[in-house]
Amino acid sequence: MFEFSSIEQYHAQLLKGSTTCLQAVEHYLQGIEATKHLNAFIEIYADEAIHQAKELDAKRKSGKQPGKLHGVVVGLKDVICYKGHKVSAASAILNNFTSLYSATAVERLIAEEAIIIGNLNCDEFAMGSTNENSAYGKVLNALDETRVPGGSSGGSAVAVQANLCMVSLGSDTGGSVRQPADFCGIIGLKPTYGRISRYGLIAYASSFDQIGIFGNTVADVSLLLEIMAGADEFDSTVSKHEVPAYSKQLKTSKKFRFAYFNEALNHSGIDKEIAEAIKKRIDELKNEGHTVQAVEFDLLDYIVPAYYVLTTAEASSNLSRFDGVKYGYRTKHPGVELTEFYKQSRSAGFGKEVKRRIMLGTFVLSAGYFDAYFTRAQKVRQLLKDKTELVFSQFDFILLPTSPVTAFKAVEKMGDPIAMYLADIYTVMANLVGIPAISLPLFSHSNGMPFGLQVMANAFDEVSLLQVSDTLMT
Amino acid sequence: MGYFCPLIMADYSKYEVVIGLEVHAQLLTQSKLFCGDSIAFGAEPNTHVSPITLGHPGTLPRMNKKAIEFAVKMGLACGSEIEKNNYFARKNYFYPDLPKGYQVSQHTTPICKGGVVKIKIADQEKEIHLTRIHLEEDAGKSLHDVDANNTCIDYNRAGTPLIEIVSEPDLRSGEEAFAYLTEVRKLVRYLEICDGNMEEGSLRCDANISVRMHGETKLGTRVEVKNLNSVRNVKRAIEVESKRLIEILEEGGTIIQQTRSFDANENTTFAIRDKEDADDYRYFAEPDLTPFHLKDDFIENIRASIPALPEQRIKDYTDRLQLSVYDAAVLTEERSFSDYFEKLIQHATNYKSAANWMSGPVKTWLNENNKQPEEFPLSAKQLSSLITLVDAGKVSFSIASGKLFPQLLANPTLLPEQIATEQNLIQESDVSAIGPVIDSVLAKFADKVVEYKKGKKGLLALFVGEVIKQSKGKADPKKTNELLIEKLKS
Repeated sequence: MFEFSSIEQYHAQLLKGSTTCLQAVEHYLQGIEATKHLNAFIEIYADEAIHQAKELDAKRKSGKQPGKLHGVVVGLKDVICYKGHKVSAASAILNNFTSLYSATAVERLIAEEAIIIGNLNCDEFAMGSTNENSAYGKVLNALDETRVPGGSSGGSAVAVQANLCMVSLGSDTGGSVRQPADFCGIIGLKPTYGRISRYGLIAYASSFDQIGIFGNTVADVSLLLEIMAGADEFDSTVSKHEVPAYSKQLKTSKKFRFAYFNEALNHSGIDKEIAEAIKKRIDELKNEGHTVQAVEFDLLDYIVPAYYVLTTAEASSNLSRFDGVKYGYRTKHPGVELTEFYKQSRSAGFGKEVKRRIMLGTFVLSAGYFDAYFTRAQKVRQLLKDKTELVFSQFDFILLPTSPVTAFKAVEKMGDPIAMYLADIYTVMANLVGIPAISLPLFSHSNGMPFGLQVMANAFDEVSLLQVSDTLMT
Repeated sequence: MGYFCPLIMADYSKYEVVIGLEVHAQLLTQSKLFCGDSIAFGAEPNTHVSPITLGHPGTLPRMNKKAIEFAVKMGLACGSEIEKNNYFARKNYFYPDLPKGYQVSQHTTPICKGGVVKIKIADQEKEIHLTRIHLEEDAGKSLHDVDANNTCIDYNRAGTPLIEIVSEPDLRSGEEAFAYLTEVRKLVRYLEICDGNMEEGSLRCDANISVRMHGETKLGTRVEVKNLNSVRNVKRAIEVESKRLIEILEEGGTIIQQTRSFDANENTTFAIRDKEDADDYRYFAEPDLTPFHLKDDFIENIRASIPALPEQRIKDYTDRLQLSVYDAAVLTEERSFSDYFEKLIQHATNYKSAANWMSGPVKTWLNENNKQPEEFPLSAKQLSSLITLVDAGKVSFSIASGKLFPQLLANPTLLPEQIATEQNLIQESDVSAIGPVIDSVLAKFADKVVEYKKGKKGLLALFVGEVIKQSKGKADPKKTNELLIEKLKS
């Protein structure tokens, strides 16, 4: 019986001969089959994965040097392109669309001999916090199937939570990796904006989007990050910063300086138990010899509105390419006049939440409203950047809850988009500022659900972020 | 005219026509503005279309540095101010030939601001000021005439780098617009940043036209005229449209702000949309491209790479080479033609005859064979040896251009003097050779000699012509002339 605990151990077992890539793949395929009702996967690449596992086993036995991700079984959120495979952002508008190329991140995983086992369900165009906005139906939280797994990368979180793959990729525009990780009790990392190439990641909001990683150990997440990160000629916004070997420098005995915001922990929307658990952890950190201080933060109530103005603006433009002309869903009555053709194709192809955000974004960019909304939201973004910079001039990390509540009951929030948006209060800050953030599954609620602690670090300081994560997790 | 046609008795002279041009020039880069696809014209439809050009999900633009360089080059050549901190913006609108649903352009920070293009009308120089030059990507092409029921789209052109050169409303007539566009076309070709081909659409022009009474300082309501596919059509469209506008005013009507299209066959314009229908393009900074900063040495390297431009060359040809303004203008029409001339005068020191050869036989051959100057088969050195042969009096110009030049073109490895010698075409300037011919001609036309001596000096030309004819073109006309005058004195 195959059992996975970490990539390092798996590799040791492979070298020892106590398991094979094929055994691993077959184990996951059985698991996926047995949990189909969770609806985490959209498509499973069973034959390909088995074929690749056999090849890798043969290669390893022939004595060839294995890649860094040799036989590591990975799932991809359905917003990440993989050549020759369908990708749809869980939207009917990309029904049956096959990608002609692979995302840079995927190419780098494959170059290190990872096995892609399938693509994972998510909220349509990564817009949502429950994974209920999907053309393929909702995803269930494996710990309590009456609850949502979080979103938008719900399928990616459940795939790791339910042991359906070793690690998975998601995308995080406002918390879409950290929040489902929090809801599912696993690790979710959103790297610095521009750390991993966005080439091949279907855009929601270009200046916020970042590929993120789900895993069970900090070491696994770190290894994937160091393989995918770094310069890419196909993405002009990706950083050319050198990529450190994160996974090789996790251990430290350093004493860190943590900042936290009383405004966040005493906010009206936060679950009392979550606030208490985090306050308690803060005290423990002090006892362990770290510096932990409250920092004044008066921008909290502005960040969700600023986030939704800016992301929907970018989204309204990014999603214009889905027009029924070149690919994807086209109206069944293509003979109509051009404007009607667009209306019919896009009205039928996009889901409700996506249409809501396209309309909101179009509105805030319109002549006469631009300054009142877009320009002001940009000012908030700048203020937030300045404030964050100030905090990081004195501290190594900012501690926040990941979510004000544990996993919602299914359908609980669908009727109230504003309440849903407000639940993003702790996660959108990292995307507005562009800094790295991680959700660590440290706590469990009296309702039986897990929840996490969010740690944010300065831009491109993933080394410290992963070090402190490793410390906090052990 | 077989039917009654009401005449509008408009007094056109009361009005001043005000024109600004927007010129789009496709840049001669190897690849598109934001991806590696080729921009070659005339390929099979949809063959230069990567996922990036087609706006496939997940694709991102990557900046073509050459395009930035070309835009800066144009700006420097026009004396524009170069913007060092640039970013792109998205212009959002839906159209089938626009793959991403937005065009990446420079809305708020054009790469070049201001600048001047000089034109000349009837020896009067005029400065046309530029508002801006900015970079943007081209759209694909909608083909409405390939299929009876469908519009077909060719995305090959989508993403081709363009600069848009926007002039101030400084032009006052179709003629000035013609001169301006000709000058812009000449400039982009000199800079080798655009082939200037209006028929293939690599240079396109829209005209903003308004009219007002002379002396009025406020601009009239403007009309934008599109679909101007030749320099001549720009002039025609401006003339016909300004006439239409004046007639509206003369009849007491009101001009509405419109976009109109020029129909070259009917020589008329027709409305395509009113201003009220104008789109809200919802511009915002393109988040997929980082702002780019131009360093001083980047700009200075481009400045250093700019060749001598027509204005400078004309000045040099008239001042230093002492050529006429007309000759200088003909020589500088095309950069490669002018470059050839400059190589030629490194070998042939008689500038005037070099210029004559260029505007005469060389230009005629290029026109007749529909070739570009760079395709001219003779090296400047070869052509110069032919010119030197004429200047030294060894062959006449007519022998050189009529007999030697075609043979050289057919076989560029031959040496002009060798052909002339072998074919016995070397001109006689030796008295001992020409003398007997002169004697025989004067004997043959004894009666004319008498008339000459009585004062009919015009007969000299007849004697010269006859001598050259009898010598089969070999007699040097100048020498013959001298000898004849001498002999006829006695």
